[in-house]
Amino acid sequence: MEILQQLTNGLALGSIYALIALGYTMVYGVLRFINFAHSDVLMLGAYSAFFLAPVAERLFGPQTIAGALFIIVIAAAICAVIGVLIEFLAYRPLRSRPKLTVLITAIGVSLFIEFTCQHKSVFGADTKSFPKLLASRDVAIGGLHFSSNDLIVLVLTAALLAGMWFLVQRTKMGMAIRAVSFNEKAAALMGVNVNRVISYTFAIGSALAAIAGIFYSMRAPGIDPLMGVQPGLRAFIAAVVGGIGNLPGAALGGLLLGVIETVAGGIPGVSNYRDGIAFAILILVLLFRPAGLLGKSMVEKV
Amino acid sequence: MSRILFAKSTLLFLTTAAAFSLVGCKDANTAGDIIVGEYASLTGKEATFGTSSHEGTMLAVEELNAAGGVLGKKIKLITEDNQSKAGESATVVNKLISKDGAGAILGEVASSRSLEAAPICQSNSIPMISPSSTNPKVTETGSFIFRVCFIDPFQGTVMANFATNTLKAKKVAVFTDVKSDYSKGLAKFFKEGFVKAGGQIVSELDFNGGDKDFKGQLTTIKGAAPDAVFVPGYYTDAALICIQAKEIGLNVPLFGGDGWESEKLTEIGKDAVEGTYFSTHYASDVASDLSKKFVAAYKARFNGKLPDAMAALGYDSAMMLADGMKRAGSTDGAKVRDALAATKDLDAVTGKLTINEKRDAVKSAVILKVEGGKFKFVETVNP
Repeated sequence: MEILQQLTNGLALGSIYALIALGYTMVYGVLRFINFAHSDVLMLGAYSAFFLAPVAERLFGPQTIAGALFIIVIAAAICAVIGVLIEFLAYRPLRSRPKLTVLITAIGVSLFIEFTCQHKSVFGADTKSFPKLLASRDVAIGGLHFSSNDLIVLVLTAALLAGMWFLVQRTKMGMAIRAVSFNEKAAALMGVNVNRVISYTFAIGSALAAIAGIFYSMRAPGIDPLMGVQPGLRAFIAAVVGGIGNLPGAALGGLLLGVIETVAGGIPGVSNYRDGIAFAILILVLLFRPAGLLGKSMVEKV
Repeated sequence: MSRILFAKSTLLFLTTAAAFSLVGCKDANTAGDIIVGEYASLTGKEATFGTSSHEGTMLAVEELNAAGGVLGKKIKLITEDNQSKAGESATVVNKLISKDGAGAILGEVASSRSLEAAPICQSNSIPMISPSSTNPKVTETGSFIFRVCFIDPFQGTVMANFATNTLKAKKVAVFTDVKSDYSKGLAKFFKEGFVKAGGQIVSELDFNGGDKDFKGQLTTIKGAAPDAVFVPGYYTDAALICIQAKEIGLNVPLFGGDGWESEKLTEIGKDAVEGTYFSTHYASDVASDLSKKFVAAYKARFNGKLPDAMAALGYDSAMMLADGMKRAGSTDGAKVRDALAATKDLDAVTGKLTINEKRDAVKSAVILKVEGGKFKFVETVNP
């Protein structure tokens, strides 16, 4: 029973990691670099919801589904714009430079956002209480206990993953994204507007991060400007374990990491080392499958 | 060529200016005021602790100065923020001593951070008074380190007795923050006390301060079927733990130490922290005349805010320092140290203050319960 409960806990947490991991993996897919500012977009999403909550309450009444959807959609839109701006201002001017330059810039952007937001006149560094967006009920089925919010998060995450798959595999923009990911220059020669595709990718990835940030804060309703660092790091590992650049891989990696972390946390004497265990598994996976669980190793032509 | 010359002369000018300003700075310090340095977590994870403590200290200094100061001089309090971060305290305390010329240091709430600053004060022979670090190791650092609060062996025993006698718990789980010296110390002394009182520790799990997900550990704790769970952590983590415990159906009382006392506990935890208990240094609703006066003054100074234990201890730390300086008749580090070590029955907001041979205060503890979003007084426990 206890292990079932742990699996439930782990899946609920893992689905949030999966959402974040999607953003990492998509950006990596088109630009071949890790957008470290992704975890801070997550934080900005949570803060957007924090400030939108009173507005939603006035418009739709306290803790209604319509209000929660309103908050999620607007916060996602705000973060989509922020994501596009980050790419436009910080990464685009460096696109033709070595990837390492962009990578370091990404770290710089991440630190810039974190520490600007810690300033008193922005959000301040202290932990803020995240408002209840939805009235949550504690659900008990058999001996399994979870919050109704966990269930909603799980369902919404599954829907978003399916939506992403559809978007990338079945739409014209998705085809363009895949084309740019496959070969940027060739795609440009075929008439694909590469800049637009990249902006679009950032917008979607950042919107997902915002939603993940809101879900994450619903589980643990204390938010601060550094809140994105931990889940961001884990989602990054999830993306790598699943095979970076691969959407189902990111989802699988996220779920896996959530479950491992929760189960390890529940073992007395080991609970302290749960992050260590997650990283050890990352190393093991990469030793035997260097391209990740679902990644295909590509032969690089020279 | 001329550009290089210009650059050189500018550089020379700047260094000279800097040197002069440094000299000027020192001059100003020795001119009249007594410089007291304070380091506190004004921002970051334990910001409400640092802020409360700082406000208490500030109020004390203002009152002292209004009454003519100490030894005929005004006290100048210089406060540095360590952002609740590891490593910052050492940096800012070094700065307070070497650049600002602080002759005494006040701080900090968190034991981990007091432990960073204590060796620096000790090696500079500058007295340091911690308002509310309860880990025994803090004052064990050396002869110049004092505190105005009780220590964790006492607090741990108090909570162990409380769990046994008031909560009637036979089986208790302990959930420790392994990143914090305070949490580890308190957990250790609680376990010793509880086992001695005939209880049984059924589950021991760890978390890292700042974690957001505790369900893995809490599920295991629930599996061990404890009567109550002891969480010796700080308020942000404690509030999240209470919320997630309820979500997985762990419906036993959770209780902790003085690290819980912050309005953020109820702000973040809301319904989930109702019916939890914690021990702390002082309750504003049961108080002596002196503490009533303090509560009134504090409310008047800080927009009607009710002082918590950290504020009261911050106030007491400054008052104890002033008392030590008065009795020493000097601000010399070694003389003030000797006077502080001889502190006996000083009237303080948090009760009569006597410093023992380990430079710790001998004081009683109170236990509070969270009820209706407020902290209600339950009982006082004497040492």
